[in-house]
Amino acid sequence: MSTEQTPPAAETDAPQGPGVGVDEWVARSSGRREYAPGRLGDAQRVLERVPWWVILLAAGLAGACVPFLTTNDFQLQIGINAMLLAILAVGLNISVGWAGLLDLGYVAFYGFGAYGYALVSSNQLNPPTGIHWSTYISVPVVMIAAGFLGVAVGWPSRRLVGDYLAIVTLFFGEAFVEFTNNVAPKTLGGPNGIVSIDPYKVFGTTILTNKGYFYVLLVLLVLTVGVLHLLDTSRTGRAWRAVREDTLASSLMTIPVFRVKLMAFAFGAAVAAMAGTVFAAQQINVFPTDFATPFLILIYAGLILGGAGSLAGAVLGGLILSVTLDGFLRSPTEAGYIFYGLILATMVVKIRPWLRLGAILGATVVFGIIVHTIVKAISSSAVAGGPQSSGWISDLVHNWVVVPSNPTRAGNIGYVLLLVLVIALVQVKGRWRDILMVPTLYLAACVWEGVLVAQPSITRQILLGVILIVMMNARPNGLLGRRRVEVV
Amino acid sequence: MRFFIQELVNGLTQGSLYALIALGYSMVYGILKLLNFAHGDLYMVGAFVGYFVIQWFGGSTALVIPVPLLLLFMFLLAGGGVGMLGVAIERFAYRPLRNAPRIAPLITALGVSFLLENSMLLLFGASFRDYNTSAFIPFSSGIHIGVLNISLTRILVIVLSFVLMLGLRLLVDRTKLGRQMRAVAEDREAAEMLGVNVDYTISMTFFLGSALAGVAGVMAGLVFNQIYTLMGFVAGLKAFTAAVVGGIGSIAGAMLGGLLIGIAEAMISGYISSTYTNLIVFGILIVVMILRPQGLLGRAPLQKV
Repeated sequence: MSTEQTPPAAETDAPQGPGVGVDEWVARSSGRREYAPGRLGDAQRVLERVPWWVILLAAGLAGACVPFLTTNDFQLQIGINAMLLAILAVGLNISVGWAGLLDLGYVAFYGFGAYGYALVSSNQLNPPTGIHWSTYISVPVVMIAAGFLGVAVGWPSRRLVGDYLAIVTLFFGEAFVEFTNNVAPKTLGGPNGIVSIDPYKVFGTTILTNKGYFYVLLVLLVLTVGVLHLLDTSRTGRAWRAVREDTLASSLMTIPVFRVKLMAFAFGAAVAAMAGTVFAAQQINVFPTDFATPFLILIYAGLILGGAGSLAGAVLGGLILSVTLDGFLRSPTEAGYIFYGLILATMVVKIRPWLRLGAILGATVVFGIIVHTIVKAISSSAVAGGPQSSGWISDLVHNWVVVPSNPTRAGNIGYVLLLVLVIALVQVKGRWRDILMVPTLYLAACVWEGVLVAQPSITRQILLGVILIVMMNARPNGLLGRRRVEVV
Repeated sequence: MRFFIQELVNGLTQGSLYALIALGYSMVYGILKLLNFAHGDLYMVGAFVGYFVIQWFGGSTALVIPVPLLLLFMFLLAGGGVGMLGVAIERFAYRPLRNAPRIAPLITALGVSFLLENSMLLLFGASFRDYNTSAFIPFSSGIHIGVLNISLTRILVIVLSFVLMLGLRLLVDRTKLGRQMRAVAEDREAAEMLGVNVDYTISMTFFLGSALAGVAGVMAGLVFNQIYTLMGFVAGLKAFTAAVVGGIGSIAGAMLGGLLIGIAEAMISGYISSTYTNLIVFGILIVVMILRPQGLLGRAPLQKV
């Protein structure tokens, strides 16, 4: 990928980043697309000729096979969460990725969908019998209502841009949680939420199993991506990107900027509300805290990881992030696989050649054994804790990772030290980085075995924050997004 | 009337805290055009630093040093420590993104905020911690007229924040550093060409802003007693809006906005309903942002093409 980002050789004397002559560089950007050498490049060329809907259907079919691989309800739940996040990331991509409008109240549309569906499919309104609309009516009505809500929330974008719009939408998101928590407790249930919501009922069958919702979500995801792809390549999609790149210029090109912005908000809101209805139907209950800021961060992290502005990126980012993070909540052993796996994967991608990678890993183990021996000689209780994960990872690290018998205090110090070391690691270059990497890796293993593994839900949140910071600094275009060049 | 004055004092206390946080927001926004979401969490870190200073000197019921000295230590350590943390955050998270598209630093700021919150959660747990201020600053030492009670801590908070704001005002208006800060906020490239050390100036801005947030955190602990790891986000949000209501980039505006929001909040919870306080405040803020985004004391930015 790095070859794609470097300017042509003739321009190497010019300063990096936007500058004089950058317009031309941008204009030639698409023509300068390079293929990977060898077979990989051939595959790229072939893949480019396949129509988009074939790829989409193939991906959908692949997804449809997943429930055959497992009968475990919990694993299906992970799949459901992942697809919900993917749909939300795709919807967020409309306003953030395409139209360039920073919508920080997006999670409220998801909540609106869930609460809207819950109200018309439970005993909450018009007690004691309640209202029980058919799924075919309730879902479209909720989506359209959410679209109008999106227009209302997007209305300030007539005058507000950038950060100001972000903060107003953020207030909207916060206000939604406050609203559902405090207003009309008899109807909205306050902090107790709404319970016993009707499940989806489509084609005459009531969907009660996780497997059923998995397929519902898969169909919805494929449909959403298909519709949005058509929208992206339409006149509206081009208008969104024009508004994102330069609002003033696009208004001079007679693009109705305000209407285009409102459309982005409305479509995003409708997609989020759709996900919300499935969430409510599948969970059978909704609570205000389901739609608070941490979940917003999760959606953003998914979109950023995959690459804002790219549909495939948004789907992939949402899926990867959700599956990874849910894995943390399962067992310490699986969390350990993910933790060490992530570190190893990053190193494999970043560190070349293999010999250097091997040397660093070997040095880490040797370093660990030395530290372990020294610490043991000083005080045997300092190594008495043993790793808290189980299975073969535990056997592997048992003899060289120091875990005191009371790991909390030492772990806390280790965690702060680890943050400092990671920051230092980013700053130094060359051989020093390799040398510094050894104690950092070792400390990461110690802290993981000592404290992090015992607190998976917090570790998961920390990881989210780190993903946002690292992605923005290292690869703001995400895994699949195209690098954007701002013309200054 | 007494009730009104009581609520006014409550509002002034809360408002001074908002104003102190808002100053940092406003300074950082003025100089980098960056909405630093992590700023509210710096306030939370400050509150924890103050708490641990109390524990360090024997706990609130068995202090080993005189109370004024303790307060001095709390404010100095929280201010200095959180200031350094702010500088570090700018150095490692925001500086590499200075020329990136606008959305990148904003999302990074969300990430930093999330990281800070959860790191504190990991280190210190989710439980509330209690300053127990009344054990070392007795509630009786204050102004008591009939049923009207104004505790010494509230007086201390209000006076100290006004002193700090005045000091900041003088620093920005009168000193060389202040001149450099204004220059960088006006036009970073031009300031650099004229020999201003931009990186240093931005670091100092972050230090000052974060230190104020840290001090505000200690004050919050002293006044409200209870501190917890998630106290920063909403306080930060309101403080940012205080800065916007007053006019972003303007120090007097941040003070005015903070006090206005604090008093409005106290009045709403006193006279209308404490359940709806946040909802009404958010509503007012949305309306103000839409109707007058440049704020009460700010100027509307000129759009350069």
